[in-house]
Amino acid sequence: MAYSDKVLDHYNQPRNVGSLDKKKTSVGTGVVGAPECGDVMKLQIEVEGDMIMDAKFKTFGCGSAIASSSLATEWIKGKTIDEAMQIQNTEIVEELSLPPVKIHCSVLAEDAIKSAIADYKSKQPKNQDSEPQGEAR
Amino acid sequence: MNLPIYLDFQATTPVDQRVLDAMLPYFSATFGNAASRSHSFGWAAEEAVGRARKQIADLIGASPKEIVFTSGSTEGINLALKGAAEMYAAKGKHIITTQVEHKAVLDTCKRLEQEGYEVTYLKPDKTGRVSAEVVEEALRDDTILVALLWASNEIGTINPVREIGKLCHERGVLLFTDATQAVGKLPVDVESDNIDLLCLSAHKIYGPKGVGALFVRRRNPRVRLVAQMDGGGHERGMRSGTLNVPGIVGLGAACNICQEDFQKDLDHGRGLRDRFEKQIFEALDHVYINGDPENRLPQASNISFAYVEGESLIMGFADIAVSSGSACTSASLEPSHVLRACDVGDELAHSSIRFSFGRLTSAEEVDHAAAQVIEAVKRLRELSPLYEMVQEGIDLSTINWSGH
Ligand SMILES: Cc1ncc(COP(=O)(O)O)c(C=O)c1O
Repeated sequence: MAYSDKVLDHYNQPRNVGSLDKKKTSVGTGVVGAPECGDVMKLQIEVEGDMIMDAKFKTFGCGSAIASSSLATEWIKGKTIDEAMQIQNTEIVEELSLPPVKIHCSVLAEDAIKSAIADYKSKQPKNQDSEPQGEAR
Repeated sequence: MNLPIYLDFQATTPVDQRVLDAMLPYFSATFGNAASRSHSFGWAAEEAVGRARKQIADLIGASPKEIVFTSGSTEGINLALKGAAEMYAAKGKHIITTQVEHKAVLDTCKRLEQEGYEVTYLKPDKTGRVSAEVVEEALRDDTILVALLWASNEIGTINPVREIGKLCHERGVLLFTDATQAVGKLPVDVESDNIDLLCLSAHKIYGPKGVGALFVRRRNPRVRLVAQMDGGGHERGMRSGTLNVPGIVGLGAACNICQEDFQKDLDHGRGLRDRFEKQIFEALDHVYINGDPENRLPQASNISFAYVEGESLIMGFADIAVSSGSACTSASLEPSHVLRACDVGDELAHSSIRFSFGRLTSAEEVDHAAAQVIEAVKRLRELSPLYEMVQEGIDLSTINWSGH
């Protein structure tokens, strides 16, 4: 299979490889995929305010999966959470010129972003107003 | 050392220079049709074909009259299976094969199922081997044929053909073996190995592509096939079509060289394979040999590099040509059906690479390839969330993966 130059570039020089401390409340971790399907992506974000200040990934998968997740970290860094939520897998497909059999890689990358954000949100203290009020006795 | 280094000799081999030299005159100078009986052009071609027939027969312990030329193993398989099924349908419509066969056998069997035959697909053990006991249990009164892979093109595992052949003969069932990967690499003798039908292909043994042979036993028992290609009645009516004389001469020469250089090729291939595996195993943890470590082709190595995916690994081997059992190199997303049948686990199947070492592979090439494999695996493991989890002591089987 021939790879696009952009896939090769990300494969040869993946951006933002590594791990953030998943215990920190400012860090959200998304792990998507499954080993038996041949791809697992771990994508992490570090958030300040609502800005994604840092992003890291590790991926088990084909070159297109590695490139999709590498690109995803590049795109979300410096974006707000809301902006990152807007990223569509089709944009990744277009940027990397992925062939139809590799579209699932881009879907996985989108899922990884959403999953990391969901994890981050779940770690934030709940907004007091929306908390059901206990009855005063 | 020329780059890239070819280590995919189970997919195909280059034509040996000696084979090419033998073939060349038959394209132009000696171009006759081997079926032309009325002039010397035809006689010269027929003589060359006769010589090749003997060279092939000699390599497998057959008689020249038992050799039918084909376009390769895919055709040999189709002719043997469909031809025998059709011929012996009155006797029974049950066929036994295995889950580790090449697609040419599996798809031919599927076709026969559509036509009303019943096919049992035997599951191998974890090394890819099918035992005579397993075959025996599957035999029925209406079984007409057992189709058994001799040596696996993917994992190199060797099946106990002789034992299974003996069993088949005791039970009056024909044994077909796909010996595409076995011929030239293992001793093959259709008599003592109890074989009735056997296919081989020139391009796997340093001959040209598009030519092969089917051995069809002539006595004890005499095997008859219904032709699948009708026409001028060539090859005793079993396979019509003007013979590919240069190709056949090449196949004959290739067989002759395999016979003469048998031990040399074997020692060379095994030496390189062992040299390669030693380096890999010394440098990397979590690597596994697929197939039967004892009973496998001497020049083949199928290895799973846990926690890295096969296709990404191949991308990392700029200088070596190999193939992967990972789904990602094929259009389907399913990993290799052979590794599946061996219960290797889809995860390790996705991490498998097939290496094979050829007649002209050098030790220098093997060392270069091993170094590149080791470097790529290490680099990709740095990128692998699975490897990281394992380093942290997490048992991956306890994780509830999301899948997709
Ligand atoms: C075991 C086995 N059977 C059959 C075939 C098909 O052979 P051919 O390419 O000659 O049709 C191959 C090669 O791809 C093979 O390895």
